[in-house]
Amino acid sequence: MSSPQYIEERPFKVIVAKIGLDGHDRGAKVIARALKDAGFEVVYTGIRQTPEQVARAAVEEDADVIGISILSGAHIHHIQRLMEKLKEMGADDIPVVVGGTIPVIDVDKLKELGVKDVFLPGESLRRITDVIRTLAEERRRKVRLL
Amino acid sequence: MSLNNSELAVLLDKARRGDLRATGKLLTIMEDPYRLPPEFFDMVASQAGRAHVIGVTGIPGAGKSTLISRLIPELRRRGARVAVIAIDPTSPISGGALLGDRLRMQDHAMDPGVFIRSVSTRGLKGGLSLAALSMIELFDALGYEKILVETVGVGQAEVDIMSAAHTILVVTMPGVGDDVQALKAGVMEIGDIYVLNKSDLPDAQKAYEYLSFALDKGELGSYDSGWTPKLFKVSAVMGQGMAELADAIDEHASYIRSIGLARLKVASRRLTLIRLMSERMLTVAVEEEFKRVKAELEAKALKAKGILAEASEVARRACKNLDNLPPT
Ligand SMILES: Nc1nc2c(ncn2[C@@H]2O[C@H](COP(=O)(O)OP(=O)(O)OP(=O)(O)O)[C@@H](O)[C@H]2O)c(=O)[nH]1
Ligand SMILES: [Mg+2]
Repeated sequence: MSSPQYIEERPFKVIVAKIGLDGHDRGAKVIARALKDAGFEVVYTGIRQTPEQVARAAVEEDADVIGISILSGAHIHHIQRLMEKLKEMGADDIPVVVGGTIPVIDVDKLKELGVKDVFLPGESLRRITDVIRTLAEERRRKVRLL
Repeated sequence: MSLNNSELAVLLDKARRGDLRATGKLLTIMEDPYRLPPEFFDMVASQAGRAHVIGVTGIPGAGKSTLISRLIPELRRRGARVAVIAIDPTSPISGGALLGDRLRMQDHAMDPGVFIRSVSTRGLKGGLSLAALSMIELFDALGYEKILVETVGVGQAEVDIMSAAHTILVVTMPGVGDDVQALKAGVMEIGDIYVLNKSDLPDAQKAYEYLSFALDKGELGSYDSGWTPKLFKVSAVMGQGMAELADAIDEHASYIRSIGLARLKVASRRLTLIRLMSERMLTVAVEEEFKRVKAELEAKALKAKGILAEASEVARRACKNLDNLPPT
């Protein structure tokens, strides 16, 4: 049973994290700020995150959406780990979106892994926040206690 | 419509058996305990009462989050399970909130004995303090022995939160310490332990001497319980001074247990919860009643007629509506 009180009135909570070894997080920070301005509660966990850390943060914060920024090449591997970890923790109902310099041919692979949307360089902030809001709303409607 | 009690009990049981996902969800539920089944709140509270609640306060940027992240392994080494409630007092006016404390607390992903949760001022109708105290009750019930609560030391919410802490750490840094104003923000008299962080910075010794002097003169710290406030010089980024600080935290815990203050603090935390929840209930009742009569009152408001009288009428009816709540 989904419970009205659980879903009511709270702003959406989004984890923004940068996975991978490189130290740039300008993109992630821009997204974090844009989400904040759009009314989200953003938990910013910064650079050099491991998939384990992101999954843990999402579970501890009871996040509505996870936004991952990736620049390094190992995105498929990292996202696969993240999805596994979320599943292991019973949190694979939290939608994941990915942004960064991702070769177009990998977009479908990411989606096959369960990623809800992939944002390539040049994507408008407006669309990114809209997509994340829609995903958050959807999840709130479906959320279950158990 | 309320949450289903038996479902909640199952969730609580899962959380007690180490399911972190269940704990995360329960924390969300406890953030606003207003509509919880009353039996459920009691079920949680009846399992709580043993945890050591540690308030960590001090000026913005003093290094509270960094300090907590370095204290965690120290407390873990001593065998305690550790929960952190990081309260971000970001502006409630503009859009959303950017919660950054977590950025400095990253190292526990492999350790199931640590749980960190951020709370923002936004979206919490019941108020920040109600959320924080209610979440403390849950962490306590789940067997976290050390519960650290990070706040910036200003405002009524922080006062309520800090009054529930067994031990209060006030964190400061060089470059502000020789100015009493910097510590004034209500934290001059509340600390059991003062922490001069960033002692790796050039002005640290001067700040330390100043604080020692103020402490010796009794101008700094809380003496109400008979405990003599302590001062530590640490560097959170360098990880220096953490063992001594953890020792002092444990020493204070033993002290307040020995004089019976630990249990009194739990009682006073629940008294504050009762006050905050009743305020929350009244606020909701007034809002609902006001919404109902708002249109009717507009003419009167324009004519400046019966303004106070209507206010008390709204209040009276709101209370009456509360009387009609289903009996518990
Ligand atoms: N030099 C030095 N810098 C430190 C130390 N501890 C923390 N910092 C730095 O101080 C800044 C603020 O640290 P935080 O831990 O975020 O401080 P805070 O008190 O939690 O800040 P708010 O939550 O914003 O009030 C960061 O840039 C830290 O890296 C320290 O021991 N020495
Ligand atoms: Mg902080």
